[in-house]
Amino acid sequence: MLSFSQVVVEKGDRPILSDINIDLNEKRIGIIGRNGSGKSTFARLFNGLEKPSSGTITFEGSTELKELRRKVGFVFQNPDNQIVYPIVDEDLAFGLKNLKLPSATIKERIAEVMARFRIEHLKDRLTHQLSGGERQMVALAGVLVMQPQMIVFDEPTTLLDLWNKKRLMRAITDLKEHVVLVSHDLDLLREFDRVIHIEAGRIVGDGEPNAVIEDYIARSA
Amino acid sequence: MIVDLYVFGNSPLHRISPGYKILALVLFCTLLFVLSGWVPLAVGAILVAIGYWLAGIGFSHAYRAIRPALWILAIIFIAQIILAGLELAAFVVVRFGILILAASLITMTTKTSEFVDGIQAGLKHAPSWVPADHIALAISLALRFIPLVRATLDEVRMAQKARGLDRSVKALLVPLVVRTLKTGDEIAEAIQARSPL
Ligand SMILES: Nc1ncnc2c1ncn2[C@@H]1O[C@H](COP(=O)(O)OP(=O)(O)OP(=O)(O)O)[C@@H](O)[C@H]1O
Ligand SMILES: [Mg+2]
Repeated sequence: MLSFSQVVVEKGDRPILSDINIDLNEKRIGIIGRNGSGKSTFARLFNGLEKPSSGTITFEGSTELKELRRKVGFVFQNPDNQIVYPIVDEDLAFGLKNLKLPSATIKERIAEVMARFRIEHLKDRLTHQLSGGERQMVALAGVLVMQPQMIVFDEPTTLLDLWNKKRLMRAITDLKEHVVLVSHDLDLLREFDRVIHIEAGRIVGDGEPNAVIEDYIARSA
Repeated sequence: MIVDLYVFGNSPLHRISPGYKILALVLFCTLLFVLSGWVPLAVGAILVAIGYWLAGIGFSHAYRAIRPALWILAIIFIAQIILAGLELAAFVVVRFGILILAASLITMTTKTSEFVDGIQAGLKHAPSWVPADHIALAISLALRFIPLVRATLDEVRMAQKARGLDRSVKALLVPLVVRTLKTGDEIAEAIQARSPL
């Protein structure tokens, strides 16, 4: 689905990611690594928020940035920065309007996604008055209405309490789309199809979750 | 719109296209300035009152809209009394009040997204080198920044107070600017991610 070939990211003269070669086809992929190891930079490459200094990223045969943007959605850690408009349903329409879709289609897609997450009751609410958990659901809904094939989450539960964390994680596990999740929640990632461990800008572990996670824990000890 | 003043409703004023509303507001303000005297002012006041009635927006909302401006109106009033006498002072302040109420009426009946759509629609007739989509995006970003700066200011002020720095302007401004820029970067990025142009 998504493949990286000799991808390097440098900031100034500093190498942040070096020589990433990887193919990603699994439905559920986790990314782990210590703070500052380059997880976010790696994740941001997935939908073109970050551009490689060299190397290529291919999504289903296409290397076009626009294609990448459209097919891969991104959910940030802080929903506040992801929500644009003051009212929930106009915010959900934000990306769709820029695609110039007819308004009936826009309404339909919004209604469908809201029903899917059971957040119809939030439709007319002011976004800044929602709770953190509700806001993160709205942020996720705003990405889903764009119908991406893959969704990347960069530590989406860090600001949530235990209940909302569980709720969001259930929503993520239920997604039919491909999921890439950057997380420090190791137990959750054990259920995934594949886990990638990044250390100092390199992939040092990759494969069956339990093995990769055990190795990660052993290294930190 | 901007300051979450939007009042839900389905009145003619809510449904009319935002482009016309903005145009009407500009026209109204200009006329109120060009035609001086108490009679046009009274007519203007009646028009605004009819507008509120049509929109089904009550006195409490109107008051909420004008409350933040009361201080400024008071200062203008006093300055005008000193400079130009009581009658002109009253005239200027009443005119300002009517203008604020008129602008608020548009704000209270137009969602932010409708406002941005209105601008985009208005730019449809512009020559092709005008980047209409990008202008609309820039405006939605700018509008997004107003509550952001306000929220950041509140937070920074609280944090500084907790540290006993409540009188220092520098202690307030530096983190405010730094944080606004950082959050601004993140918002701009999120907009990019959410809206493939
Ligand atoms: N714009 C930038 N300029 C310079 N260095 C940067 C920039 N962005 C990130 N870095 C550096 O790149 C490295 C990787 O950052 P990244 O945010 O990808 O780490 P991370 O694994 O996501 O960390 P965390 O777990 O704390 O989120 C860090 O050392 C960081 O300081
Ligand atoms: Mg990170």
